[in-house]
Amino acid sequence: MSLAVIADREVHVDEEGFLTEYDEWSEELAQTLATNIGVELTDPHWKAIRFLREDFKMQGETPTLRRVTTIGQIPTKDLFQLFPKKPAKKMAYIAGLPKPAGCV
Amino acid sequence: MTTTMVAPIPVFEEESTGRKLAIICSKGSLDMAYPGLVLANAALGEGIETHLFFTFWGFDMINKETMGHLKFTPVGNPATHMPQMLMGLPGMTAFATHMMKKQMEGIDVPDVPEFLEMISDSGGHLWACRMSADMMHLEESDLYERVEGIISAGDFIELSEGAQTIFI
Repeated sequence: MSLAVIADREVHVDEEGFLTEYDEWSEELAQTLATNIGVELTDPHWKAIRFLREDFKMQGETPTLRRVTTIGQIPTKDLFQLFPKKPAKKMAYIAGLPKPAGCV
Repeated sequence: MTTTMVAPIPVFEEESTGRKLAIICSKGSLDMAYPGLVLANAALGEGIETHLFFTFWGFDMINKETMGHLKFTPVGNPATHMPQMLMGLPGMTAFATHMMKKQMEGIDVPDVPEFLEMISDSGGHLWACRMSADMMHLEESDLYERVEGIISAGDFIELSEGAQTIFI
């Protein structure tokens, strides 16, 4: 974990660039993170990102795709459209959370 | 003096490596259905093109009649860590199946039909084996609707060209 600058703000990130401090994230920061990986945030993206933030706060871990679908009520198909190829990791990155650890 | 660096950006989409995965599911017991499903789901989550080919007893995973009722039998299965002579007693398979389903549910793993739906929603491809269909007298209408087709072994070899293949 090291200190780094994203959008003129100092934040803690891991070696891949994922934020490591829950409270250092903000919605403005998310915009920059999304742009970094080529995602343009629209309302459905925000719904997913906000669910990740809320769920992490309650569960203490990043939700898996299945959880975003079953609990967050966002269909799997939509997630693959919103965050192509690697939805779980992309969502976690934009939401300033660690990569999900669960297998399913 | 500050030593702060510019944050690295994770590489999510490297130059397409063309990585592809083909999983052959040949078993129809509950415990042997899951490994293929879990791997397929994980591969899809990594953006890898994934094909599942159901053959022989694996057909039970996509047969509408059986897909929701796969069993876990403890007979001859050392993983139960129980005396084998007890495992063949009446009711043991039902009991073991019930226990396994409960454990899966406990860790929020979906049952087989829901798992297949999730895989298909994630862009995974489901294929049925022609010989098994003929042998069991089954047609496409007997199979889970997300199965894209009944194909021959040769077709599968063709579509899995360049794929890493896993046989379960």
